[in-house]
Amino acid sequence: MATATANHREFLFRRLHTLAGVVPVGLFLLEHFFTNATATEGPAAFNNAVNTIQHIPYLHVVEFVFIFLPLIYHGVYGLYVAYTSGYNAQQYTWLRNRMYALQRITGVITFVFIIFHLWTTRFSGHEPNFNFVHNLVSDPINFWIMVIGVVAATFHFSNGLWSFMVHWGITVGPRAQRISAVVLMVFFVLLAFIGIDSLIAFVQTA
Amino acid sequence: MSMAEQDVNAKKKAIRLIIERQDDPNSPPYSETFDIPWRAGMNVIAALMEIQRNPVNAQGEKVRPVAWESNCLEEVCGACTMVINGKPRQSCSALLDQLAQPIYIKPMRTFPVMRDLIVNRSRMFDALKRIKAWVPIDGTYDLGPGPRMPEVDREWAYELAKCFTCGSCVEACPNVNERTSFIGAFALSQARLFNTHPTGAMHKKDRFEALMGEGGIHECGNSQNCVQVCPKGIPLTTSIAAMNRAIDGYAFSGWLGK
Repeated sequence: MATATANHREFLFRRLHTLAGVVPVGLFLLEHFFTNATATEGPAAFNNAVNTIQHIPYLHVVEFVFIFLPLIYHGVYGLYVAYTSGYNAQQYTWLRNRMYALQRITGVITFVFIIFHLWTTRFSGHEPNFNFVHNLVSDPINFWIMVIGVVAATFHFSNGLWSFMVHWGITVGPRAQRISAVVLMVFFVLLAFIGIDSLIAFVQTA
Repeated sequence: MSMAEQDVNAKKKAIRLIIERQDDPNSPPYSETFDIPWRAGMNVIAALMEIQRNPVNAQGEKVRPVAWESNCLEEVCGACTMVINGKPRQSCSALLDQLAQPIYIKPMRTFPVMRDLIVNRSRMFDALKRIKAWVPIDGTYDLGPGPRMPEVDREWAYELAKCFTCGSCVEACPNVNERTSFIGAFALSQARLFNTHPTGAMHKKDRFEALMGEGGIHECGNSQNCVQVCPKGIPLTTSIAAMNRAIDGYAFSGWLGK
């Protein structure tokens, strides 16, 4: 077993990729949706939530290590995975094979969306507050891009959790995998609803 | 004329086969149509034998007979696997009366095509060598009887032993393509089979190491086409998830133990 660790790089990269998608990227997505959902309680609640985040100690380090670094890794390696994958859902139309293709398609959409999203929010030079988001999503084009981003990201996260549980040997048998698929699709619908509902709250309340 | 007779007569007219052909490994594929007379109980191999007997295409031109491989004729050898109406399956157990017409027949293109419907499945046998898909029993002296296999394990492991390396799971897998080196679902399931056998388990780590290597278990993308196309109904996706669990555990305990 002299070559034991020599060619395990790809294995390690792949496992890191599935792990990074859930911890911390997935957890950040949940936190982000929670903060956005405070908008449904009015501008003050949202501004208060943003203020709490802004007072996290070592915020820039936390943001870089727990959000940007894993996000870039998951995104860039994910593009490579999407490129090396084959697509045959038109020939083999079974549900799981369609989900396999959708996972990669929504991944690419989410990647492009996040770049746009960072450009128009985090790196736009504006103060992150309710008014700023209100003005941003009041533009129908921006609003609909946000809706697409929300649906793509929540699907990618929910369906990704399904395969995460297979990759880590949590759901092994067909029954467990069927139940986890149903539960996670309900999770997707709920998460997408929360995201879109928050967007609507940003538009309607001024 | 009774309904049944009318039915038979309608079928008797002709069976239309549209076959994707290729003259040699390097020449481009082309499609050729054949009409053959219907007989009761025909399978795809009987239809190909009919073409061999009378190699004339639908345009009435005499052509080179279609080449294919077959051996056991009872769905246990895997040699006659081809893509019939879009799905990989054994042509010996593909009955014409159960297929939509015209019948489209193609070689499994995930493997190198040698001629017409003949493919080279060597990569599968190389994969089995890589994962040591056997129970090592040879020694320089009598090793004595091995440990007994519990009946509860033997029962489900027998299902995995039904794999006959036909290639259907490899053909249907989107992650087996020219951009990846994925070993294929059958190899992961065979590694699980031999890791379950009490004597085979003595080489458990070698199989884990092989499946963590190039084209190993991490290349699986969970499209689960493999379990759908497997002619023996082998629980391939269960094998993959079980091996994921075992290999992740092995990798972690390995790194933490260093």
